[in-house]
Amino acid sequence: MTGWLQVGLLVLALGLAHKPLGDWMARVFTAEKHWRVEKLAYRVVGVDADAEQRWPTYLRSVLAFSLVGVLLLYSLQRLQALLPLGNGMPGVEPSSAWNTAVSFVTNTNWQGYAGESTMGHLVQMAGLAVQNFVSAAVGLAVLVALVRGFLRRGTDRLGNAWVDITRAVVRLLLPLAVVATVVMVLGGVVQNLSAGTDVTTLAGGSQFVPGGPVASQEAIKELGTNGGGFFNANSAHPFEGPTAWVSLFQVFLMLLIPFSLPRTFGRMVGDRKQGLAILGVMGLLAAVSVSLISTFQAGALPEGQEVRFGGPLSSLFAAATTLTSTGAVNSMHDSYTPLGGMVTLFNMMLGEVAPGGVGSGLYGMLVLAVVAVFVAGLMVGRTPEYLGKKLGRREMTLASLYILTTPAIVLVGTAVAVAVPAGQAGMLNSGPHGLSEVLYAFTSAGNNNGSAFAGLSANTPFWNTALGLAMLLGRFVPIVLVLALAGRLAAQGKVPVTAGTLPTHRPLFAGLLTAVVLVVVGLTYFPVLALGPLAEGLS
Amino acid sequence: MTRQLLASVRALLLATVVLGLAYPLLMTGFAQVVVPSRADGSLVTSAGGTVVGSSLIGQGFVDADGAPLPQYFQSRPSAGDWDGAASGGSNLGPSSPELADAVASRRSEVASFNGVPESAVPDDAVTTSASGLDPGISPAYAAIQVDRVAAARGVSPSEVQALVSAATHGRDLGFIGAPFVDVLDLNLALDRAFG
Repeated sequence: MTGWLQVGLLVLALGLAHKPLGDWMARVFTAEKHWRVEKLAYRVVGVDADAEQRWPTYLRSVLAFSLVGVLLLYSLQRLQALLPLGNGMPGVEPSSAWNTAVSFVTNTNWQGYAGESTMGHLVQMAGLAVQNFVSAAVGLAVLVALVRGFLRRGTDRLGNAWVDITRAVVRLLLPLAVVATVVMVLGGVVQNLSAGTDVTTLAGGSQFVPGGPVASQEAIKELGTNGGGFFNANSAHPFEGPTAWVSLFQVFLMLLIPFSLPRTFGRMVGDRKQGLAILGVMGLLAAVSVSLISTFQAGALPEGQEVRFGGPLSSLFAAATTLTSTGAVNSMHDSYTPLGGMVTLFNMMLGEVAPGGVGSGLYGMLVLAVVAVFVAGLMVGRTPEYLGKKLGRREMTLASLYILTTPAIVLVGTAVAVAVPAGQAGMLNSGPHGLSEVLYAFTSAGNNNGSAFAGLSANTPFWNTALGLAMLLGRFVPIVLVLALAGRLAAQGKVPVTAGTLPTHRPLFAGLLTAVVLVVVGLTYFPVLALGPLAEGLS
Repeated sequence: MTRQLLASVRALLLATVVLGLAYPLLMTGFAQVVVPSRADGSLVTSAGGTVVGSSLIGQGFVDADGAPLPQYFQSRPSAGDWDGAASGGSNLGPSSPELADAVASRRSEVASFNGVPESAVPDDAVTTSASGLDPGISPAYAAIQVDRVAAARGVSPSEVQALVSAATHGRDLGFIGAPFVDVLDLNLALDRAFG
């Protein structure tokens, strides 16, 4: 019962926040005027903020920014022994440093390493947390470019990636992160620069009490749907999640921007009902998912759970973190019941569109909306159109490639890993649960989630390399396709609405979209789910 | 592409200075001024005045050989042996035979240590937490330890029970999370009250 009250409070808070925040985000990305600090930033970076870009240029900006991000983060980790605030930790081993650099730049935040024994404060603050901000900003930029594609007519310009990224940070992420940090510091999340202290415990043993600028990192980790914990135990660690209300607040933070973006979308395309239809689909899928995990986890052993959170809040957190692309955890998913764990897996397999990661969730959902319109068009034999844009062969090719990319990465990756000894060596549990660990890892990496069935020993050259590739492809192949699609759409004119146009703001379309999301995913992944969690759950 | 790469280098250096240094350092300054003790990890001191840990971080109340000390309330089992530099859970799945064996043997140990039937042992007493540093136990687990602690200290169970009640946290706002007893706070209170 108290479990549902927690959900109720969360829904209420999101309901109150999504309108003002959604409207604000629409203004952020459509306002003509630059702020003074932004002008300063553009001068430092050396870009002309008023020059709009064609889609290939927009893409090159995003890719260059991410590539340099990987190199910088890799270097910081390798050189940490030579830099200040390293807490005496050695440079990170190459395969782990590569994996972690890719992981944070792609907004995945998969962690093969244990934070408290690997990363000094400088790498955490100036490396990992910086990517927490900018990888989320990149997701928003790509989304905004796609929305402009729907909006604009007969142009080859999609906006300016530098402006979109800068505004996402300056006007949205940084102010929200400051507020969230303050709240969490008051709630007991630590924020200091201590390298940790050794204490003599009450029973006479010794214990290391870690330190670090945790709250400032925790804030953007949830807000940017990143999920990489300061400590190995992530948000289950008492210094990251000291109390139950702080943990619930973290759930709110990770859902805040993704659930507000449909409003932004509706605002930008000039029809709020279009946003509402998308929000409805996201909300329905999320509600079903929370209910299922809570049901399957009811009465489960509290192995891998914290007493102060309890079962219902653990399940709610698990649902939210896999429905978005966050991947933070306040309980260990590997120890969930087979079916409870399967729902977290399935959430990610949906492509993280309900509501998904910051920016990436909505652009994923819009591609699925394109597919849904196409399916409806096939039924009645009309050329499909969405938001006044015709969806021809080229557009559908891009959308189809998009929905095939992640399943291909996940299924091929899983198959390779269970076939080679270096992959098999990572499994902790045996039998179907071992397969679930491998499947979870590739699903998490391919969808840029970052949570784990953490029994998998993934800090080996094989796993670091394989999952690094999965994260890289899972992030940037879809981005290439989305921006190409945006370019195609912007170049078109606008088709007038006729009696034959499928209205995309009605429940009928929302239902169709839900069905497309479930069927596309269900048919793709059902066989492997049957071999893993379903087999374990039914045996 | 070269232009984009150069712009990226400058943009990331700027981001590193603003988001990677200024933001966390200003937040640290704020936290250290407004709530210094929380920002430093809610450290707690013994009756003698030395720091013995954090009220947020669980400890093992065992002797050098790992045997539980009867005069202290016991925490949950820890997958990382209470090591503050190695947080994490067991990650054993529900169908793991290793987990089933561990739960069964812990259940009989906890039952005999506290002199209660196995059916009275709550699940949190026999499972490891997510962090390996869980500061809390369920009120049910505290309840079965009261008589044993009272006997070990030679005081009446009702005196111990009063301290348990004082260390019990309800749900936040009455419905968020689950009730728990902070074990380190409770054991510190016991030492303070009964020496």
